[in-house]
Amino acid sequence: MIVAERKPIAELTSRLAPYRRILVVGCNTCVAVCSAGGAKEVAVTSALLRIALGREHPETRVDETCVERQCEVEMNAELAPSLGNYEVILSMACGVGVQTLAEQFNTAVVIPALNTKFMGRPEGLGEWSERCAGCGNCVLERYAGVCPITRCSKNLLNGPCGGSANGRCEVDPERLPCAWQLIYDRWVALGQLDRYLTNEPAKDWSSSLHGGPRRIQREDIR
Amino acid sequence: MSPVSRLQSLLERREFTVSAELGPPKGPNIEVITTKIGLLRGMCDAVNVTDNQTAIVRISSAATCALLVQQGIEPIMQMTCRDRNRLAIQADLFGAVALGVRNLLCLSGDHQVFGNHPTAKNVFDLDSVQMIGMVKRLRDEGLTLGGEPVDGAMPMFIGGAANPFGDPFELQVLRALKKANAGVQFIQTQCIYDMVRFREWMKRVTDLGIPEHVHILAGVMPLKSAGAARYINNNVAGIYVPDPIVKRMSAAGKGQKARDEGIRITAEIIEQVREIPGVHGVHIMAVEWEEAVQPLTEMAGLLPRPVLAEGE
Repeated sequence: MIVAERKPIAELTSRLAPYRRILVVGCNTCVAVCSAGGAKEVAVTSALLRIALGREHPETRVDETCVERQCEVEMNAELAPSLGNYEVILSMACGVGVQTLAEQFNTAVVIPALNTKFMGRPEGLGEWSERCAGCGNCVLERYAGVCPITRCSKNLLNGPCGGSANGRCEVDPERLPCAWQLIYDRWVALGQLDRYLTNEPAKDWSSSLHGGPRRIQREDIR
Repeated sequence: MSPVSRLQSLLERREFTVSAELGPPKGPNIEVITTKIGLLRGMCDAVNVTDNQTAIVRISSAATCALLVQQGIEPIMQMTCRDRNRLAIQADLFGAVALGVRNLLCLSGDHQVFGNHPTAKNVFDLDSVQMIGMVKRLRDEGLTLGGEPVDGAMPMFIGGAANPFGDPFELQVLRALKKANAGVQFIQTQCIYDMVRFREWMKRVTDLGIPEHVHILAGVMPLKSAGAARYINNNVAGIYVPDPIVKRMSAAGKGQKARDEGIRITAEIIEQVREIPGVHGVHIMAVEWEEAVQPLTEMAGLLPRPVLAEGE
């Protein structure tokens, strides 16, 4: 899923300071699952904003709502009738949701409440880790199911570098395992270490963001 | 193919070679480079010029190498994948070759978090194994990575790095083989303090037949103090200074006495690595302490350096 984190309240307060009528819009999909922008976080954030913004301007109105998937135009249609009542939308969706609202409601000011972080998964309570960089040409089969592009700090396809010690990455040993240790351990477990000896050629990055913004068109569905 | 550099010539006639390292200044101060050249001249066969080492911005490796060539010192140009994509690496290599650089050390590069621009975007379009393959193709096939002909010859002696002290150990052995398969001709290792581990790594790479095709140059770094040794152990992943060395440094005291002991220990390490089959030279990393190279090479019996006849 897409993992996001809410911006600090102070940052949101400063961005919203010029406005008196604010609509906070959450999203019930990825960001709800990672406890960043679902109905619960919308309620908490709205309450905090009412207190913070109400100190100087008690007339400030912060209303809240949540849509099922903010990245889909159809799901946001329900917002249209009430938008005239607000000066600004604080979107608690990922960057895709924020952009969808901005594109869909072209006279609305839309401000992001979250920092969209990565595609990842939960690691127990209150912790998430990045697992996919969306490079557009999956190599996981060649690395025993561990992504060196996402999980190696230098994206090495023929790693490891010299900074792998005791299974940890030198960039942040406390938090980061060395991807190449993980790949190695899997290869050994699977009896596939010989795969390492095939040199991986220079990657074609044109399928990734480095090739420019991407779009998928599927004739079988259109 | 005849040797393209002094370093290659010496290695091919089985001289035990000495390379040193020159850290370029953090700006266009040529005087610093000239001073360091003065400290290294006659002490070694070639000089590594670092490329934004530890991700700290310095005058470019290519420009510094060109200055070395002008002053009659043979450079080994370090080139990292961190700051350049495949276009920039090839372009800089063309420039370096045109300016007389012949030895290249292909590196992934230290991560930018360790440097003075931690908020930078890194590149890592290629890794060091892929860079080695690309350079070999430029040289041997006269083709860019994209497949177009190179306008002019690319005489290069291609090097890479290895860390016998990094993990997982088995991959640090096999990675040298991957580099050999990609076309590397010499390998400089990470600084050696732990002889037990280095011997084991050498045994493993020798079992794989690597030294038959690749010259291995053992990396050494003189310690300035016991504090420096402890700093390495606590903060630098992939280098380990064993306790007996830390204790010797502590016992030596501070200042010049400690520095002398650091040089003595390094000379002893050089003597030991020299005896290991497959080690064809030593690479001295006296980072920002180029003054140490003369007493060290003298103590290790590495002077005078051989002189090559004209055209050799």
